[in-house]
Amino acid sequence: MISGQFDAIIPMLCVTLAGLVVLLAEAFRGRGEKMPLGGLALIGLVGAGIASVLLWDNGAESFNAVTADRFALFVNLILVAVGILTVVFSSQTIERDGLPAGEYYALILFAIVGMMLMGQATDLLVIFLALETMSISVYVLTGMKRDQQRSTEAAFKYFLLGAFASSFFLYGIAFLYGVTGTTNIERMSTAIAAQSMSGNPMILLGIGLLIVGFSFKIAAVPFHMWSPDAYEGAPTVVTAFMSTGVKAAAVAAFVRVFLKGLDPMIADWAPVLWWIAAATMIVGTVVGLAQTSLKRMLAYSSIAHGGYILAGLVAGNDVGKASILFYLAAYALTNLGAFGVIALLGTRDRANDDLRDYAGLWHSHPGLATLMTFFLLSLGGFPPTAGFIAKWYVFSAAIGAGYYGLAIIGVLSSVVSVFFYLRIVVMMYMTDRDARPVPPPVPAIAMAALIVSMLGVLYLGVLPTRLIDFAQASISTIF
Amino acid sequence: MLTLAITLPIVGALLLMFVANKDGAKDALVRYAALAFSLATFAVTLALWAGFDASAAAAPFQFVERVPWIPAFGIDYYVGIDGLSLMLIVLTGFLTPIALLSGWQSVDKKVKEFSIFMLLLEASMIGVFCALDIFLFYVFWDFVLIPMYFMIGIWGYDQRIYAAIKFILYTMAGSVLMLVAIIGLSWLHQTMTGEYSFDLLKLYELQIPESTQYWFFLAFTLAFIIKVPLFPFHTWLPDAHVQAPTPGSVILAGVMLKMGGYGLIRLAFPLFPEAALYFAPLLATLSVIAIVYGALVAMVQPDMKKLVAYSSVSHMGFVILGIAAINVQGIQGASYQMIAHGVSTGALFCIVGMLSDRRHTRLISEFGGLKTLMPRLTAVMLIITLSSIGLPGMNGFIGEFLIMLGAFKWDPRFVVIAALGVILSAVYMLWMFQRVFYGKITNDRNRGLPDLSFREWAIVGPLAAVAIATGVYPNIVLKPMEPAVQRIVDRIQARQPLQVEAVLPPSMRPKPTAPVPKTPGATSAVVRVAEVRP
Repeated sequence: MISGQFDAIIPMLCVTLAGLVVLLAEAFRGRGEKMPLGGLALIGLVGAGIASVLLWDNGAESFNAVTADRFALFVNLILVAVGILTVVFSSQTIERDGLPAGEYYALILFAIVGMMLMGQATDLLVIFLALETMSISVYVLTGMKRDQQRSTEAAFKYFLLGAFASSFFLYGIAFLYGVTGTTNIERMSTAIAAQSMSGNPMILLGIGLLIVGFSFKIAAVPFHMWSPDAYEGAPTVVTAFMSTGVKAAAVAAFVRVFLKGLDPMIADWAPVLWWIAAATMIVGTVVGLAQTSLKRMLAYSSIAHGGYILAGLVAGNDVGKASILFYLAAYALTNLGAFGVIALLGTRDRANDDLRDYAGLWHSHPGLATLMTFFLLSLGGFPPTAGFIAKWYVFSAAIGAGYYGLAIIGVLSSVVSVFFYLRIVVMMYMTDRDARPVPPPVPAIAMAALIVSMLGVLYLGVLPTRLIDFAQASISTIF
Repeated sequence: MLTLAITLPIVGALLLMFVANKDGAKDALVRYAALAFSLATFAVTLALWAGFDASAAAAPFQFVERVPWIPAFGIDYYVGIDGLSLMLIVLTGFLTPIALLSGWQSVDKKVKEFSIFMLLLEASMIGVFCALDIFLFYVFWDFVLIPMYFMIGIWGYDQRIYAAIKFILYTMAGSVLMLVAIIGLSWLHQTMTGEYSFDLLKLYELQIPESTQYWFFLAFTLAFIIKVPLFPFHTWLPDAHVQAPTPGSVILAGVMLKMGGYGLIRLAFPLFPEAALYFAPLLATLSVIAIVYGALVAMVQPDMKKLVAYSSVSHMGFVILGIAAINVQGIQGASYQMIAHGVSTGALFCIVGMLSDRRHTRLISEFGGLKTLMPRLTAVMLIITLSSIGLPGMNGFIGEFLIMLGAFKWDPRFVVIAALGVILSAVYMLWMFQRVFYGKITNDRNRGLPDLSFREWAIVGPLAAVAIATGVYPNIVLKPMEPAVQRIVDRIQARQPLQVEAVLPPSMRPKPTAPVPKTPGATSAVVRVAEVRP
């Protein structure tokens, strides 16, 4: 059985088992008893990571619907890293915020299972299944702070809009099935290529609906409305998790469906995505300027980053595919780090995410301020950080495909975004602390996780070769 | 060797991170450690100079080091220097310890971080001047902004945050378009030869279609002229200078502005020769506007630091004029002027900083009659002032003279206007000097101000000495640069004949320059200067 059709789902099995164990452990926990639930979650994630590495050269496939090709495994590894960092950051904040640990970790793990399946699925219906698994877990996580109005409101909004998007997505699948007679991505591609379908309204409608569904999940303009509210209302660590994990998974599925299944139609959908990408970059950065809450600011920043990733998708060439993978990895590390800092500075009553809360942080928490600076510089795309290489990579893809306009919009919007990242830096370094209470001290393990992410950000910025080679190897087998 | 020059300050910065941070007098260790590292780096740059073969027959780029960095895209860690880079690297090495010393008193908080930023700045500036891979060049070019941003924003004066943000956004907006062009170039290389390359020397050989050249040239040039800064892109400079702490101003004016001129000479002009010839008249026009405008605005400034800042706009206008002339004299003059301006403006900012340390004001009206109080500082200031206005025998003269010589061969009309700038520079500098140092002591608070201390001698002494030495014996700077400049001019001129004639309407056609014989010495600027000097 081991060498059989279950190979491809081993990473997901590891995480699922860990999730179940966490739930059970919570059920048998005595009142007041402390349990290392986070540790159990970590074991599952590390297992999934090891399984993904072992499957690297295997090319396993299960049930004709789940694949473990390198592209999926690369995304899996990003998701494992996201999961590990999330769990480590959570270990402090759960207790502080009084969240139910068992449910929390289990939901995180189930969401990761959904995300992994998004990357691994080769059938539109399975992608839909994965999308729902991921989304429902994340809706609940968003509303985890039940006693807080903002959290509940955010979860409700996210849920309603997300449900709409899911139905769009499903409707799109139905149209595509109607035209091509299959929901399998590969067969769909051959079916489309076999008969020239350009201009067929049914398929265009199907593609359009899929674009709406995916755009919603990666918060691309004009389907981004939910994200600032959801990001602001959710517990900060969950925001970090959503902004990196959900985005990575949705992008992975987006890439697979569009660059593999719908690749023959690229001339039809690329112009649409061009506009979406451009609008996403512009709106994300320009509206981000006006924010005073750090979480909202980073929410808009993450919208803008979605736009940069889309630029790689629009380019559609090999450089573009690899650049998306690199971007996802770099962005995940950076954004988790930035949100991690915010999460650690919060208290039970307040998220402490107002810009003013960061005044003089350099004087009270020099270490955290320095780390935050690295993350912000990386988000802004300064060398020598991962963010710079990632941006260079996607814009290189766009320029290689001849999309100079998109690249120019991208670089200029990234200059605009630098302005709001620097507002935070100004607050931390150049403003004196006012009379607000000093934020709590930072636990060592979370600090260690932050330092690891920072080193990762620097490593990818200074010596990106290895990851670039990996990314290139990952796409070579499937596209 | 070059890697050593880049990494030594970085190593210093890393080590400083582990030194305990105490504000106040106990910072001595941090300060001395930073100074020691910057002096060691200076020694390395001098060793580079000593080991540099300046003969025309020598290899174009020396001390070359090359390690693959991102092989998938043909990106290398590829450094090497010719005479032009060499002099700018030596200038960087020379000015950094001086800048550190100039902040000994005025920078009194967070000294450790300050020193770290200073050393990182030095490393990245040296990197800019020796990168031969344009991706690497861009990485250093962009990184320079970060330490400077912090330096202005944390240790600056009242409006420092505004100035710091304006500085970084303004310069970044120009740079990112250059990034697009850099990526475009590598793709062009890929389509033409089948492999990616960011290797500058390979890209030089690329036959770039003319329409593409225009766009790419504009993207590169915009980045560089914002940095220089050329009118009308200069507005960030006065803010940045006035708000920056003294060491920041010294480095900003002394070295960072030169990155723009260097970029034009090294990248924009030789990479896109047809476009360069096409746009040269436009650049020259802007440069003479900058020369006159900068001088006029400098004249009416009440604040000494702002005056010096605007004088930089004027002086750097000369640099652009020299480059736009595209002949040996012009570009050599521009290169020399960059060094000269680095020394003299660096010194001016140091002296203004000393006055500001003493009185906590930089308004000219607050001073007067300082000569009776501080004769030594006055003497040094006089030397520097004369060097800045370009008195023959001082370094300022050589650069401006060569530039005007080169520009005259090309189009005398520009020289007529530029010469106006020379006169005006004498007006504003001498007028300021007179109001601050001569006459009676008008303000009682100035009484009892001390003259130069030992530390201050260590700052201005070398600067004044270099200003005189390179003025009296300019060949020390010009000689190593000559083969490099000759090669660049040849490269641009080689593309001149057919295409340009076909494209330009006669009225806009650049005046044909005299054919430049390959033998150095015949039309060599070095010789001409020797003839003209009294």
